[in-house]
Amino acid sequence: MASFIQLLVSGLATGAIYALIAIGFTLLWQTSQTINFAQGEFVMLPAFFVLAAMNVGAPYWLAALIGIALSVVVLGVLFKAVIVDPMMRHGVLPLVITTIALSLFLKESVKDFYSSQAQPFPAPVAPRDLHFLGAVVSLQSVVVLAVAVLTVVALHLLLNKTRLGRCMQATAQNPTVARILGIPVGRMVLYTFLINGALVAIASLLISPIYLAKFTNGEALGMAAFIAAIIGGFNQVRGAILGGLILGVLDNLSAAYLSSQYRGAFPLVILIAVILFRPQGLLGRVEERAV
Amino acid sequence: MRRLGPSALAIAGVVAIGLPFLLKPFGVYLISMWAVLTIAAIGLNLTLGYAGQVSMAQGAFVGIGAYTVALLTAAGWPFFVAFILGGALCFVIGWLLGYPALRVQHHYLAFVTLAFNTLVFLVLRNEEWLTRGSYGIAGTDRPSLFGFSTDNARAFYFVCLAILVLLSAATWWMMRSPWGRAFVALRENPIRALSLGLDTRRYTLMAFALGSTLGGLAGGLYAPLVQFIEPGSFSLNMSFNLLLMVIVGGSGRFFGPFVGALIAVLLPEWMRIAEGYYLIVYAMLVMVLMVFCPTGVLGLFEKAFRPKKAPPPAPATLKAEVTR
Repeated sequence: MASFIQLLVSGLATGAIYALIAIGFTLLWQTSQTINFAQGEFVMLPAFFVLAAMNVGAPYWLAALIGIALSVVVLGVLFKAVIVDPMMRHGVLPLVITTIALSLFLKESVKDFYSSQAQPFPAPVAPRDLHFLGAVVSLQSVVVLAVAVLTVVALHLLLNKTRLGRCMQATAQNPTVARILGIPVGRMVLYTFLINGALVAIASLLISPIYLAKFTNGEALGMAAFIAAIIGGFNQVRGAILGGLILGVLDNLSAAYLSSQYRGAFPLVILIAVILFRPQGLLGRVEERAV
Repeated sequence: MRRLGPSALAIAGVVAIGLPFLLKPFGVYLISMWAVLTIAAIGLNLTLGYAGQVSMAQGAFVGIGAYTVALLTAAGWPFFVAFILGGALCFVIGWLLGYPALRVQHHYLAFVTLAFNTLVFLVLRNEEWLTRGSYGIAGTDRPSLFGFSTDNARAFYFVCLAILVLLSAATWWMMRSPWGRAFVALRENPIRALSLGLDTRRYTLMAFALGSTLGGLAGGLYAPLVQFIEPGSFSLNMSFNLLLMVIVGGSGRFFGPFVGALIAVLLPEWMRIAEGYYLIVYAMLVMVLMVFCPTGVLGLFEKAFRPKKAPPPAPATLKAEVTR
């Protein structure tokens, strides 16, 4: 039981990080039909922004802020202006190829210009264990969970309780009508890219102390984000949260109690089952398609 | 373009036959690899470009074909029997993979096939009793034809080239047949195709099965060409690479995969002058190419060669199909 609680908490912590990545992923899909195959690399990169800032002498908190700001500019504004905007009208597939190429580009750039070795990454809190109902839970897991929950709550408030958030939702649901109602659709789309830039940077700060900062980190993270987004529902932010948490917990529990060799297979089997039996995802709406 | 076609084809043929005599062994290996990957890309072009079913699992089928041939020839079966069996196995598995496509489309289908690809990779890696896991299988024999051994790199290149020509001729013929028309109808408007009386269910499954078969046959050549196969070769990267070939070459265009494979196989090698940075340069080139010509290299050519006769239509794929 004690080990179950441990696994559950650490599973929830990784799941919360997956959820952050998956939320950004679904936001981009909803507002611009971008399937971002570089999303994993987007999480890998900000850690190196932070490390670079710390190398020139910035303290952790300042470096973290610089990392988030750079990530918003580079992975938000630049990504949209240079890659997504010129390609949006050509349909989904060319953009998919471009993001695949972008992921290769980011990976190789970090490898060649920074380091191919895994870099130790500072944790926001000192390593300590908490004792809880007889189980030992690392403080780090709890902090990760808390930060992720706070981020999600903030995002939820922004999307649902503010005028700006409702404009963004309208843009996602029906860009044409949104434009008729006087919503600056282009700017709303840009905002989702900015939010994605911030989300991946936060996810990067949370996960890099656990996995170490390495150029190949993005592969597994990107995959986890896709799966979380699909399981939960591609067109719902709360679907992505649920999907991420399910995935994180399941990953930890299956590795412990079932086969560790086929650990990677369980999420995929669930993915296929969800797509076949409930394609809109656990919490998703059915998307209507015109003939 | 129409008058240009046969002469361009003749020149390409002469180059394809003459080139191996001018190249060093590594060059011959590269063009053999081009021929093999072109076969797989033709298959994906059939599924994706013509029938419009997004598949990210073509690399898995190359893997299944490669392992079938490697294991069967090691057990003493003749190469060509193993080769055909690999294709047949992929036909069956591809048919089964088509069933999800009956339920979901577009990005959902992309993710189902992507998951399938990773599952195949995990099975290849973990079932060591069959596949020797991540140690891989080395030294698959190359076939002998009428008593001639094709162990020589150049001889094996001609085997690959001959099979490529054979399979692409078969594909060409099929795309001209009512089946090919049905595939395109499936891509353009499945509901209209259904209401015109096409059995879209069967054609969807068939599109997957045939595309996968070509992937498996390519794999059957891949094993004896590379002489070493391991699960990592057939991971998502291979599927992404094949997808890249189809889209960069020109999806839904017959010669798209040929051009795309040329770019994906040779470009990284030419970029080696940039030394450690060659993959960065390659990735940048692909992005630039996609931003400036999202219909692929052949789409760019079409735009360049007939600007007056037919102004480039917005949904380029459909019009190109009709006029060609």
